[in-house]
Amino acid sequence: MNWEIIIKWLPRLLEGAVLTLELLAIAVIAGLILALPMGIARASRNLYIRALPYGYIFFFRGTPLLVQLFLIYYGLAQFEAVRKSALWPYLRDPYWCAAITMTLHTAAYIAEILRGAIQAVPAGEVEAARSLGMSRAQSLVHIILPRAARIGLPAYSNEVILMLKASALASTITLLDLTGMARTIIARTYMPVEIFFAAGMIYLVITFVLVGVFRLIEKWLRVDATYNSR
Amino acid sequence: MAEATPALEIRDLHKRYGQLEVLKGISLTARDGDVISILGSSGSGKSTFLRCINLLENPNQGQIYVAGEELKLKPGKDGDLVAASNNQINRLRSEIGFVFQNFNLWPHMSVLDNITEAPRRVLKLSKAEANERAEALLAKVGIADKKHAYPAQLSGGQQQRAAIARTLAMQPKVILFDEPTSALDPEMVQEVLSVIRSLAEEGRTMLLVTHEMNFARNVSSEVVFLHQGLVEEQGPPEQVFDAPISARCKQFMSSNR
Repeated sequence: MNWEIIIKWLPRLLEGAVLTLELLAIAVIAGLILALPMGIARASRNLYIRALPYGYIFFFRGTPLLVQLFLIYYGLAQFEAVRKSALWPYLRDPYWCAAITMTLHTAAYIAEILRGAIQAVPAGEVEAARSLGMSRAQSLVHIILPRAARIGLPAYSNEVILMLKASALASTITLLDLTGMARTIIARTYMPVEIFFAAGMIYLVITFVLVGVFRLIEKWLRVDATYNSR
Repeated sequence: MAEATPALEIRDLHKRYGQLEVLKGISLTARDGDVISILGSSGSGKSTFLRCINLLENPNQGQIYVAGEELKLKPGKDGDLVAASNNQINRLRSEIGFVFQNFNLWPHMSVLDNITEAPRRVLKLSKAEANERAEALLAKVGIADKKHAYPAQLSGGQQQRAAIARTLAMQPKVILFDEPTSALDPEMVQEVLSVIRSLAEEGRTMLLVTHEMNFARNVSSEVVFLHQGLVEEQGPPEQVFDAPISARCKQFMSSNR
């Protein structure tokens, strides 16, 4: 193992890691916001409201992220209307294409996590809220969603870590994220073992930190205590 | 002399689950200060009856009056009756307390937050007002020192007392107790019963579904015995417990002594 090579190229790899983290942060935060109404709709008792986000979720969970990425990056440019739209400066940019695709993709998964979490809130706790005179909306905002957040948090943290790894696909549309940067460096140095090893270690460290952060959030939200109750 | 408006009146309440008719027409009137115990073997419809009163279950037929105000009902999709006005049912529910067998405290909130949540959201009390009210109630049910604890850190009896405080914080006109001690270990039953007894002594109007026979006899102004979805026997506790007319009630009383 040639450590000098790793140390020499480490600053560039960290530059790539920053881009990876940017894409990840945009995707899992914007994805969560986008998933919120969809997850709530999916948990509705009304069939039509429930069916509304189903097509979206079916498509984004049923096709590979790579295909979605290519569709948006290569596909959208074929349409005159897209090229002439105000969004074109964003949609021609691989950075925004990756951020948008990852957001849309993870939102579908997060919506289903949220649906499961909402449905896992014990019926009696919702009845308690309603029996005290809270309206449907008040119960949702003040009781069901805070409770579902705790139930769904472990699954959400899992999704964030999956997206971290999935973000490597951004390198296929010319982005110099951690994986893209590693491939570029390797093309120059012909040192695939060292550079991919270093990139892998950086992914590991990021995952380690993310796991720790989510553990802190779980502690802060007292996720454990809510499972011990009888 | 005209009679005072009853605190709660239920007329001819029916409830079906598919083909199974659980309640076959139950009427009940609770005047102010009444403590009515509802007894019956399991499956007699006691809990269903209680849950229909504030529409946790939707009845199929019947009328409900809270302090003379009729609860407006309209036909639902499944042949049952649902609240016709969301505003009305939310308001009436806030006036009818409900205490659950399984407490149903919100485990992610402290005891204090459990109690202040509904007064703040529904009655629009300020945080300070709601806290003041909650602390007084916690002292009353004897767990003032647990206000910052979380439900999982409390014993069953303490959880149920916190749940009673949560209900009282809405200052309900009527309180419905659905087997409040059935989920408790035996040594914790008394602490919850003594809280309920003190509420009865304050003159609160209460409906109580229970299996605690002695308690029901001591605390009730009236006892209702349900059997197969109908009122089989009804009257003052001395009559229902000691001299029941119906054979079923007699049998139930002798086997539950």
